[in-house]
Amino acid sequence: MTTASETVQLKPTDFASDQEVRWCPGCGDYAIIKAIQKTLAELGVKREDTVFVSGIGCAARFPYYMSTYGFHSIHGRAPAFATGIKLANPELDVWVVTGDGDGLSIGGNHTLHVLRRNVNVQICLFNNEIYGLTKGQYSPTSRKGTTSPSSPKGSLEQPLSACSFALGVGARFVARSIDTMQKHLIGVLKRAHEHHGASFTEIFQNCIVFNDKVFADFTDRAIASDRQVHVEHGKPLLFGKDLDKGIRVKPGSLKLEVVTVGENGVSVDDLFVHDETDRGLAQLLVAMEPPDFPVALGVIYCDPAPAYEDQVESRLDAACCGDLNDLLRSGRTWRVDGD
Amino acid sequence: MSATSPDGNGADDSRSSVAASSRSGLRRREIRDEIVIRFAGDSGDGIQLTGTQFAMESALAGADIATFPDYPAEIRAPAGTTYGVSAFQVHFGSVDIRTSGDELDVLVAFNPAALKVNLADLRIGGMVFADESSFTDRNLKKADYETNPLEDDTLAPYQLVKLDITRLVEEAVKDFGISSKDARRSRNLWALGLMLWMYGRKRAATIEWLKDKFGKKPDIMNANIAALNAGHAFGETAEMPSGVVGYTVAAADVEPGLYRTVTGTEAAAWGLLVGVRAAGIGRIVFGSYPITPASPLLHSMAQLADYGVVTFQAEDEIAAICSAIGGSYGGALGVTSSSGAGVALKGEALGLAVATELPLIVVNAQRAGPSTGMPTKAEQADLLQALHGRHGDAPLVVIAAATPGDSFDVAIEAVRLATKYMTPVMLLSDAYLMSAAEPWAIPDLDELPAFPVKFRTDPEGYHPFLRDPDTLARPWAVPGTPGLEHRLGGLERDYDTGDISYDAENHARMTEARAAKIAGIADDIPLQKPELGPESATLAVVGWGSTYGPIYQAVTKAREEGYHVAHIHLRYLSPFPRNLGELLKSYDRILVPEMNHGQLVSVLRDRYLIQGEAFTKVKGQPFKIADIYEAIRTRLG
Repeated sequence: MTTASETVQLKPTDFASDQEVRWCPGCGDYAIIKAIQKTLAELGVKREDTVFVSGIGCAARFPYYMSTYGFHSIHGRAPAFATGIKLANPELDVWVVTGDGDGLSIGGNHTLHVLRRNVNVQICLFNNEIYGLTKGQYSPTSRKGTTSPSSPKGSLEQPLSACSFALGVGARFVARSIDTMQKHLIGVLKRAHEHHGASFTEIFQNCIVFNDKVFADFTDRAIASDRQVHVEHGKPLLFGKDLDKGIRVKPGSLKLEVVTVGENGVSVDDLFVHDETDRGLAQLLVAMEPPDFPVALGVIYCDPAPAYEDQVESRLDAACCGDLNDLLRSGRTWRVDGD
Repeated sequence: MSATSPDGNGADDSRSSVAASSRSGLRRREIRDEIVIRFAGDSGDGIQLTGTQFAMESALAGADIATFPDYPAEIRAPAGTTYGVSAFQVHFGSVDIRTSGDELDVLVAFNPAALKVNLADLRIGGMVFADESSFTDRNLKKADYETNPLEDDTLAPYQLVKLDITRLVEEAVKDFGISSKDARRSRNLWALGLMLWMYGRKRAATIEWLKDKFGKKPDIMNANIAALNAGHAFGETAEMPSGVVGYTVAAADVEPGLYRTVTGTEAAAWGLLVGVRAAGIGRIVFGSYPITPASPLLHSMAQLADYGVVTFQAEDEIAAICSAIGGSYGGALGVTSSSGAGVALKGEALGLAVATELPLIVVNAQRAGPSTGMPTKAEQADLLQALHGRHGDAPLVVIAAATPGDSFDVAIEAVRLATKYMTPVMLLSDAYLMSAAEPWAIPDLDELPAFPVKFRTDPEGYHPFLRDPDTLARPWAVPGTPGLEHRLGGLERDYDTGDISYDAENHARMTEARAAKIAGIADDIPLQKPELGPESATLAVVGWGSTYGPIYQAVTKAREEGYHVAHIHLRYLSPFPRNLGELLKSYDRILVPEMNHGQLVSVLRDRYLIQGEAFTKVKGQPFKIADIYEAIRTRLG
């Protein structure tokens, strides 16, 4: 039973609803929901002030499994519902849970506009590069050549980079993490929550049934440290098992290159120092892909701007609300007298 | 203002008409009960504001009025073409005015195309005022006239007044140092001045309006005022052809009270706001996407930020309704507006609003369809879409406005039903109602009933689909309320817990419950009464929406001539009033005039197994009184 007023510190399990979770055994979503519940507990938020909004898809079942307020809406439109909720009550803490099909295909337009407007919501896009709930068709983030029921000879389409899209449409916070990296994910989500304005977090999520190990080329334990660079503001871009590899700008170009510290006269001072307020750098970082580059993870871009709903509120009359009798009598009126 | 200001200010207005009427014989004024006048010209000629000001001055003089703005979809169609003609019709009188008028008494044509397009609506013997200087070879050709209609016998059946308005305006404004192009732009005001003289109207409100609009451009303002006054003086002093006289149209006999003019757009915006206050809800979240002819409502709502209206111009029709639903979930009242094509895009989200049982208002300003159709022209062809145009069994409330002023009351009723029954309400208006204006008795809001919403706050025994036994409405529990955390969604939910349920029996039960909730609203709306005539007669003419005016007037006329006919007007289309079937069956025949291909009539046949007869008009234009009167006469012989 929920208590009327929550002054006590809630545990992660206090954020779980009593509903049976119906994701496939081994689905990456289990790890993500645990991380989010832990994030909420560590942030000390109140259940009654928290709203999870989703569209359609595997990820979109998320709100049913949370003990907060939640709205499982229609395919692709969660950002529009979330915007309406914030316009009704800007005090609410609103999270949008979406997937690569929901958020980048049918709902691409709304993802674009919620980011462009900078509505203060946390958008978590679970990217598994496949349509799961409709049984395995290729998605807009599927790699070219993905064989699936709707692409038996391999998909023909160029995949979309979620973070590149987000940066391109004007997002002020873009981050990345991986379902199984709980500590990292929680750190990123806390930053996303702290950010005032729309935050966009792409979470690589393994679909064990239809697209298993699609991210293995950078998540496999054996190679992960050589294929991931964890970015931190103000720190050089170092990675590798022995932290001896780095990213720098290739001399004489605007391209990045991987170098080894200590070889060919390269020192740590030559490496790129991460500046999370630099949108141009962020675009270069999110474009890095294996095998030539490591995948950039962490808070890639964070440069706050005024949130949409704050600007809306500032336009509303502080002395709300005006007298409607006066409104109806504004402009030209005339009186008809009785006899 | 400078000493050279030609300001004719209000002081001498009454003098002019008194003086005119007091002259002997020559300048006499004739009495008329009602007049229909139409201003027509290029879409850049300022026709809409000319008509609006004429209507305003008529209303201020106490006449009853109805207006009909009719404009092309193109913003600036090529000048002089027939498809670029913009028109504004004003019907005014000392009698009860309920339509914009069947036939024109007066046509003011600013160019050949305007004459060509509108002449067919002028009654035989009616007056044409034409700006002869614009009847050039080039313009005649654009309007497809082989010879000049001002010179041949085209206008023989009418009373033609040729005026070189262009020259007269240039003469009037020559002291203001404005270009001849700007001078030409004042032609509309010169003509307005002349028409105001002809019907003994004042100019004060128009002058005030010009000062307000052009205050920052004194030359333009003064030139416009000079043109207005010159047109007026021309009628007063001049050289009008013989037989052209001024008219007196007395004030209408209307209920005492404070009046203003309203369009259907303004009335709907204010009604929504008044309704939300009556419901005790803090704000409206108005999510909309621009579409003709619904955009003016978006503009009107955007003006109301100081009254607790949050206007959200969404990225598309779908986001518009979804933001409104999100707004209602968040504790505001969500409202969205569009026209039929946009409402089609909202269909999936409407299904979600029905499933989650959240209050929502969808205003549909219907236009001629399908597809883009005729975006600025009125039709009533979205009735079946409103009633049935969704996936699944998804009942909701459908109500329709009858007149511009009625849009206010219908909007309040939409708020009442949406919040009391936790349901989407479709409010049907149309292109004509949205832009048409009429005098409106301003209500005292303190006397309107309140219907405060009771938001759920008590966690004891709560679940999100716990239904009120009387209304079958579920509780409205708003995020931020401790202890009422719940999840809503499109998946079917259990009747007894609100949790997801795929149970077969439960789905049947929930489908029944959703239908019963809407059907039960029939007990909370007035029983249907005939608008005119007895509860049993030879013929009932049944209508809904903006056909109200022409049906009312046609039935009135037929009844005066002894025909046994009644007028039934439906405000509530879903659910229907409890007694509607019984009432309809008390008439020998049912005639249903509609601006569609026969939609209401098919619903009535289906629902009540009655023999209704369709009488349809799908021309993007309102019915004429004569259309319906003839239909009545031929059926009753």
